[in-house]
Amino acid sequence: MSRIADVFKPGYKALIAYITAGYPGQKATIDIAQTLADGGCDIIELGIPFSDPLADGATIQKASYEALKQGVTPDTCLEMASEIRKNIATPLVFMTYYNPVLNYGLNTFCKKCVKAGIDGLIVPDLPPEEGLELETITRKNGLDLIYLLAPTSTDNRINIVASSSRGFIYLVSLTGVTGARDTLSPDLARFVERVREKTNLPLCVGFGISKAEHARQAASLADGVIIGSRLIQLIEEDATLASLKQFIYDIREELDMRKTPGGID
Amino acid sequence: MQSRPDNSGYFGKYGGKFVPETLMPALSELERAYSEAIVDPKFQNEFNLLCTDYIGRPTPLYYAAQLTAKAGGATILLKREDLAHTGAHKINNALGQGLLAKRMGKKRIIAETGAGQHGVAVATVCAMLGLECIIYMGEEDIHRQASNVNRMELTGAKVIPVTSGSRTLKDAINEAIRDWVSNVQNTHYLLGSVVGPHPYPMIVRDFQSIIGQEARQQVQAIYGRLPDYLVACVGGGSNSIGLFHPFYDDKKVKFIGVEAGGKGLKSGKHSATLATGKVGVLHGTKSYLMEDEHGQIEETHSIAPGLDYPGVGPEHSFYKDSGRATYVTVSDEQALEGFKMLCDTEGIIPALESAHAIYYAAKMAKDLVKDRLIIVNLSGRGDKDLDIVTKALGMRK
Repeated sequence: MSRIADVFKPGYKALIAYITAGYPGQKATIDIAQTLADGGCDIIELGIPFSDPLADGATIQKASYEALKQGVTPDTCLEMASEIRKNIATPLVFMTYYNPVLNYGLNTFCKKCVKAGIDGLIVPDLPPEEGLELETITRKNGLDLIYLLAPTSTDNRINIVASSSRGFIYLVSLTGVTGARDTLSPDLARFVERVREKTNLPLCVGFGISKAEHARQAASLADGVIIGSRLIQLIEEDATLASLKQFIYDIREELDMRKTPGGID
Repeated sequence: MQSRPDNSGYFGKYGGKFVPETLMPALSELERAYSEAIVDPKFQNEFNLLCTDYIGRPTPLYYAAQLTAKAGGATILLKREDLAHTGAHKINNALGQGLLAKRMGKKRIIAETGAGQHGVAVATVCAMLGLECIIYMGEEDIHRQASNVNRMELTGAKVIPVTSGSRTLKDAINEAIRDWVSNVQNTHYLLGSVVGPHPYPMIVRDFQSIIGQEARQQVQAIYGRLPDYLVACVGGGSNSIGLFHPFYDDKKVKFIGVEAGGKGLKSGKHSATLATGKVGVLHGTKSYLMEDEHGQIEETHSIAPGLDYPGVGPEHSFYKDSGRATYVTVSDEQALEGFKMLCDTEGIIPALESAHAIYYAAKMAKDLVKDRLIIVNLSGRGDKDLDIVTKALGMRK
């Protein structure tokens, strides 16, 4: 069992947080990761910024652009990961596009990931059809390669992803790019159900989740929720990280269902 | 038709489908619809009829006597894609994919454009077929190619300025892909070059192959033989593949692709992807691309907006490695010289993109004997470039 798989237990709802590594700064990233871990996040996704993030909406595009402008590279991301790993035991996952990984060299990159304490990879522009090589190498190195499914995925594709994804399956909640939304897709329940019928892997829902209410709804359907763009917005709005801390606290509370409808603990 | 790409969409080791999961079913749907359409006589007839009556095909293969004389060597023939409706080869693919979208029941069309030639072609076809049309165009290009923006808007398209990154073609493609990811159920992405994920490089090549098919027939009818050289500019590479592909098995016909050398390869301000790039993945395809040491895509430069792109079609990468085609570069300055030369000698104003090919063809013709035949793809006309050219020539005085 990988450190990621260990997160998922019957009845427990996992909280997965995405941040762009190096945004707003490298030192800040270490502090943010610590805040997320202390607040009860179960997995932290560190985004390695890419110049052309075509699956991302405006918030993550901007964060990636800022991080790149400050000279963040895959190597500095590995350094940040090592630094974070010194103080926290939370599983760490790199999320990035395929080109920076390919450019680094798949073997070298995976070896360095392991050394830095990374547990898995998410590469949104690498579907299983193109992922065989990276799949083999990550497996050899004990890293989980986490694939995505979308509401448009056919039953055949759900089977392909279910048989290739490791750790969990990342369910894209909506037909679109990343970014905070006002409401969850009304089709989410049916989508999660379609995937659930075909696999026992943990299912985590991401894209568009930006409120405690969304998290509660999504968690009632799946095994975990992934929040990204909203966290970046909070980091941008409040550099003291107090708002981020409060937000994570509220989400955690929703997921653990500690809160009663009247708001009394 | 050749068996490339293979079933996974690869030309040798280049190509593939590197896209978010959301789009994978749409690519399969497109591939299926396309393979059904090309064997359907009804689809073929409609496409052929509109090629004749709407686009004005076949375009002439013109013996450029004055340019030939000026160059002082081999005989130069121009494949006059500039005379196609909307003034460039882009209409061939726009028409083909427009008909395909209609057949698939997709009523909303999105497209990217650099120089605006593809955008104009798509807007035109959408007007004719009654489809909604949204064009993504980099802000920098909107300024550089204002007349094409007017043409798109006149034919009913909505032009959305793209302000991210270098604000050119690359960023317009990113934005178009994001739109497609968000609206994939009712939208067809009408990609304009032989780039992007499979099946696009194949579909665009096939629709553009009409250029080479006609040229092959025309040169044989007039000269009773095949040409010695084919010369075409390469940005993403659609006009060049369109000319080259039908000659693929004619091993004696040499292919020369001309990339944008910009301000010189040493300056770093160029778009010579095949000459200087490395293999990577951009916009859904594995091919040569221009990236920095960390795998970030580099900003490119060319005086010709249609060549200003850090990637190139996977089939070109395959041609390069196998040696089937040779790729050379022509600088901004030289392209301007080619532009002037064609205006002066033939009274034809070429697109700045095509002017790269003109310059190189004239240069190489000088060292060849008269009975050598060079076909240059005059891929577009240059009305759109008058602002850039007058400014550039003015500055040089």
